[in-house]
Amino acid sequence: MTAPSYTRADFQTDQEVRWCPGCGDYTILASVQMFLASLGRPREEFVFISGIGCAARFPYYVETYGMHSIHGRAPAIATGLATARPDLSVWVITGDGDALSIGGNHLIHALRRNVNLKIIMFNNQIYGLTKGQYSPTSEVGKATKSSPFGSVDFPFNPVSLALGADATFVARTLDMDRNHTQEMLQKAYEHEGSAFIEVYQNCNVFNDKAFIQLTGKEERVHNRIDLVHGKPIVFDEGSKAVVLRGGEAEVVDSSSVDPKAILVHDETRPDPSVAFTLSRLSHGPYGPTPVGVFRNVKRDAYDIAVNAQVEAAKEKLGPGDINNLIRSHGTWTVGPASPNGSSNGKSGGSDSPDQS
Amino acid sequence: MADDIATADPSTTPTEELDQLVIRFAGDSGDGMQLAGNRFTDASALFGNDLATLPSFPAEIRAPAGTLPGVSSFQVQIADFDILTAGDAPDCLVAMNPAALMKNFKDLRQGGTLIVNTDAFDERNLAKAGYDSNPLEDDSLIGYRVIQAPMDELTKEAVKDTGVSGRNVLRSKNFFALGLMAWLFHRPTEPTIEWVEKKFAKKPEVAAANKAAFQAGYTFGVATEATKNTFAVKPAALEEGTYTNVNGNTALAWGLIAASQKANLPLFYGTYPITPASDVLHELSRHKNFGVRTFQAEDEIAGVGSAIGAAFAGNLAVTGSSGPGIALKSEGISLCFMLELPMIVINVQRGGPSTGLPTKPEQSDLLFSLYGRHGEAPLPVLAIASPSDAFEMAIEAARLAIKYMTPVMLLSDNQIANGSEPWLLPNVDEIPPIEVRFATKANGPDGTFLPYMRNIDTFARPWAVPGTPGLEHRIGGLEKESISGNVSYDPNNHQLMTDTRAWKVANIANDIPDVEVDGDEDGDAEILVLGWGSTFGTIRAAARRARMDGKKVATAHLRHLNPLPNNLGDVLRSYDKILIPEMNTGQLLKVIRAEFLIDAAGLNKVAGEPFKVTEINEKIMEMV
Repeated sequence: MTAPSYTRADFQTDQEVRWCPGCGDYTILASVQMFLASLGRPREEFVFISGIGCAARFPYYVETYGMHSIHGRAPAIATGLATARPDLSVWVITGDGDALSIGGNHLIHALRRNVNLKIIMFNNQIYGLTKGQYSPTSEVGKATKSSPFGSVDFPFNPVSLALGADATFVARTLDMDRNHTQEMLQKAYEHEGSAFIEVYQNCNVFNDKAFIQLTGKEERVHNRIDLVHGKPIVFDEGSKAVVLRGGEAEVVDSSSVDPKAILVHDETRPDPSVAFTLSRLSHGPYGPTPVGVFRNVKRDAYDIAVNAQVEAAKEKLGPGDINNLIRSHGTWTVGPASPNGSSNGKSGGSDSPDQS
Repeated sequence: MADDIATADPSTTPTEELDQLVIRFAGDSGDGMQLAGNRFTDASALFGNDLATLPSFPAEIRAPAGTLPGVSSFQVQIADFDILTAGDAPDCLVAMNPAALMKNFKDLRQGGTLIVNTDAFDERNLAKAGYDSNPLEDDSLIGYRVIQAPMDELTKEAVKDTGVSGRNVLRSKNFFALGLMAWLFHRPTEPTIEWVEKKFAKKPEVAAANKAAFQAGYTFGVATEATKNTFAVKPAALEEGTYTNVNGNTALAWGLIAASQKANLPLFYGTYPITPASDVLHELSRHKNFGVRTFQAEDEIAGVGSAIGAAFAGNLAVTGSSGPGIALKSEGISLCFMLELPMIVINVQRGGPSTGLPTKPEQSDLLFSLYGRHGEAPLPVLAIASPSDAFEMAIEAARLAIKYMTPVMLLSDNQIANGSEPWLLPNVDEIPPIEVRFATKANGPDGTFLPYMRNIDTFARPWAVPGTPGLEHRIGGLEKESISGNVSYDPNNHQLMTDTRAWKVANIANDIPDVEVDGDEDGDAEILVLGWGSTFGTIRAAARRARMDGKKVATAHLRHLNPLPNNLGDVLRSYDKILIPEMNTGQLLKVIRAEFLIDAAGLNKVAGEPFKVTEINEKIMEMV
């Protein structure tokens, strides 16, 4: 069978896309659709699961299998799906409120288990669908409808959180940069296990220009740090570099250090400490901020391990026989063979493969 | 070893034949009373008695030793006829310490047999139990047969050459008690010996110690002629066939596996540990060779979420918990109802609200099961009637879930979960298959797939699983347009969809058996006692007793609580009096009154223990 040949249109549904005009979600949707078309994999093998929020409408617009579920629970639902069907490519679409607030528990547990899920978190640092409350990634001091005097909540750094949960693949990208987004999607797709991608996504209605330091024509050259595997970490047209000092990443003038001292990015480093300190270079999209793959390491995927146990059990014990199973705790027979109705001994027990 | 015991001659002590017998083992949580009770039960089951058990244990794993909260007990009734309950009052009580005696003595039948471990009756333990004076030395036990055995000392002596040491020495004293009970009640010893050898095959010194203690207990009875007579209960004349002794959680797990085979679907169980439902997870997780996948989730919400994912994937999806966990799952259950995917939700009820009485039975989640969701979300609700019934009801829940594409609530409770009874084993090959028809091709114009185009008979929507070419579609919690499944905010559509979902579930009434009346062959009973869930045996026994007193009493038991059987209204209206005993404050009573405008009477108890037969019998006698 030859691989199907798709265009972006094959992954568009007949449903009208209903995000606000100018929303970053449109760009991400286009990136994902183009990426899916590029794979040449039958589209019935993809499932998109979302929670609640603006981003969560995403599955309605992708011509694959999909489920728009309940707030925060998409990783749990997707875990059941992926565990039951490791043959599928399962994607979770979520937002900063959905993934980090109401669904924080499911996110960290999916990541630590390393379930074969590709989790794309649209981070706009605001609650959009409920019309503008601060989110768990909003900066301290942010004035919103629910924080008129400024938010006093310290925000999460999503990449740090994912690394802290022992995620095996962690990346960050920007809605505006379709090529970079598709590159991250491709790497996540190739990764066996959980992949977490934080997408900085502009909400032009409730939190416009939140990422201007990374997307603005003037600003981005100074602030965007591209992490490229195997390459020294330099930015701002080579004038700035990242070095490790006392185990901590630090931005320095390139000219002030020996080029050999510049940190060479290694996304496959088994220990997450360096990836973590890179994630601490900024706490939000302010000032020099890394994008790209922070971590990409191998660890057994949960769904593969679960199914391997099932196969191993079948191999060792044979397919189960339910009639043997229900007779495995010892039986007695009442019948013509024992007219007094007394026991004529046990059966089952150790003969049964189902006995522990 | 077994032969040594069997040849030890108990015949010097005369034997009294009984038709039934209630025994309770009671001791500290760490004394191994559940194990002793289960071994006594299995020996009796293999001997051929009918039986029923009622374990009772504290919520604390090890409450402070010697205290009243730390007392754990196990009651079993054995009989030579078909009994229905674990019995009201023990004929024989084993008390391993003063706290066990203090807590259980009031239940012991007047003149019954009491076996005590005298070594535990020291001043400290007596004080902990609240005794001012030693009941073994004052007059408080006059009128009872008391067998005093220094079990600590005799166990130490018995196991001294087996290689166990330290704390392990006294851990065998439950086997001493069990040996003494085996002598006193003529129980076969081989099943216990065989069980010990298998269970402790990897710890031969522990096996040797337990066998030695068991033999020492047996020999203690023979040598001291501990009572003036021993007791025997003949095998019961049960229906012909092969039996096993099974508890409700095990039967439920096996029923789910059977259902997955009957439907030819992999079984997925997504859950979070909670008492008393966890044993379903434990049992299922052992049987991966049946294609069972168990998922111990990070919380209850993920438990139901994972099951929804597995249902979408085309598995037989099940989640299970107890009351507080079901509360957490509520949003997910409503989503599944909206998605119209098949799922079984097991609720092993316990005393509530909140953490309540986690190890005690109650039936207080009925209204919660029927109505405890946001929005209009009626679910089929089924209730298991006894431990072995769990097997059949698991299959029934799967049948309805798959056929009607809906989550189904399956109620059990702690009494069913941990109680056991003989089960006449079915030939599973003869159980009808559960038909599954996955959608495989387009059902709309121009090759489109319409996920909410319904089956004309069941009103179930098609089950199209990911991976099926051409049927890509999206489902979700937002209201769907009828037929197309597209998101719709249209007022008339919401009315239509709400009515359709409700009708689909109500229509299941035409696909379930009529409720059957028991004990009214002549059609002249004055009262119908209606029950649901674990009160089944107690209600039947109470009615049977009333009939022996010449009263005309009928009973009926509901396994389907939503929708209710079609004939229920007619049945209820044909009796002058209706009594509904429930372990809650009147929940089925409320439903029956609301549905049928019938002035039924309730008998209600929420005391953390099941009804006694006497309690229901007295109410019946008061009403007729």
